[in-house]
Amino acid sequence: MCLAIPALVKSVDGAKAQVEVGGAVRSVSLMLTPEVKAGDYVLLHTGYAISVIDKDEALKTLAMLQELADIESGQV
Amino acid sequence: MKYIDEYRDTDLGKGLIKRIADLSKRPVKLMEFCGGHTVSILKHGIRQLLPPGIEMLSGPGCPVCVTPVADIDKAVALAREPETVIATFGDMIRVPGSNSTLQKAKAEGSDVRVVYSTQDALEIARLNPLKKIIFIGVGFETTAPTVAASVVQASKEGLTNYYILSLHKLCPPVMKALLLSHEIRLDGIICPGHVCAITGARPFEFIGREYDIAAAISGFEPLDILLSVEMLIKQIENGRHALENAYTRVVRDEGNIQAIRIMYEVFETSASCWRGIGMVSESGLRLRDRYSAFDAEKAFEIKQAEARETPGCICGDILRGVKKPHDCRLFRDVCDPQHPVGPCMVSAEGTCSAYYLYGGEDER
Repeated sequence: MCLAIPALVKSVDGAKAQVEVGGAVRSVSLMLTPEVKAGDYVLLHTGYAISVIDKDEALKTLAMLQELADIESGQV
Repeated sequence: MKYIDEYRDTDLGKGLIKRIADLSKRPVKLMEFCGGHTVSILKHGIRQLLPPGIEMLSGPGCPVCVTPVADIDKAVALAREPETVIATFGDMIRVPGSNSTLQKAKAEGSDVRVVYSTQDALEIARLNPLKKIIFIGVGFETTAPTVAASVVQASKEGLTNYYILSLHKLCPPVMKALLLSHEIRLDGIICPGHVCAITGARPFEFIGREYDIAAAISGFEPLDILLSVEMLIKQIENGRHALENAYTRVVRDEGNIQAIRIMYEVFETSASCWRGIGMVSESGLRLRDRYSAFDAEKAFEIKQAEARETPGCICGDILRGVKKPHDCRLFRDVCDPQHPVGPCMVSAEGTCSAYYLYGGEDER
């Protein structure tokens, strides 16, 4: 039930936004994330954006994963 | 899709699994609290890839599964009231109550509608001013703010035909109850990433601080889960148990302040009954007095007989991590996703459903 998926914000109109999820565009509520702007990726849960995905943190995690995996496979 | 595909990279996954195997020196029991994690772990075959010493137990993190029979009966009773429309997430309609389900009530003529969002339920209320729309509020901290937001919106619009049956539950209090019961000895807990997106990391810090158990907040893709398992094993092997966050792209320490504000604007904490676990203080949410006009429990006189558990179903034990689906004599032969006996087989994220669909190994 806590399923939530990343969605790209195409446009913002007051407390609503048009977001793209896997090619489909739909309207979602921004009542829980008023800071959202076009171009952000948000986490979408039951028609509401519940969190803005932090691009820098996403890259940091990927770098950490790369490092952990590489160390062990002897590629570093 | 961006932010999904990168976290499914097979080569990185292999590297992480090897690292976990090298770090893991002794048998440990880890619990994934959240049903979403259970599904991801089974669907991606993570259990089979981890070293045999790492045992994964599923926790009570499935809101539909932990809703007790008496509350299902309440929803069915409301569906049978004249002029009501029940709006609910899909998982709820097939959960057996004492002697019926919302689906059966619908077949008998009640107006029960599956909605994707409380926004849809509000729209039904706007379009049907002569009907009473009751949204079945099931869900943890992830979902409760969306239900609260709909109440705030209904209040602003002056809607007088929109009600909530609040069956919401909170995760940290039930984790404490599980740990205090000493029924299972856990070495580490994978904390629910999307609950933490709302609450932030802090409400889960007690796991390491008060119970000296390893803890990590995880996302839902395979690499997210492997990273959190790596963090847990490292904490266990180093003997330093402190909450780590493997899902920083979504979870901040302070959480979503706006969502928390709306949730507590509408709701206040209350004791709540969990299937298989019983009453847990401060683990539920009820509507505050100022929003009592939207409270289905106050607006309707709910007639219900004494609740009756389904004989033979061990969902309660499974929800506490004490038993696994294969320990249930109903599993697969009598109880399957087409003919579910208990809620853990109904919900898409129920442990029994996940074992049935993705084949958790037979450990009997």
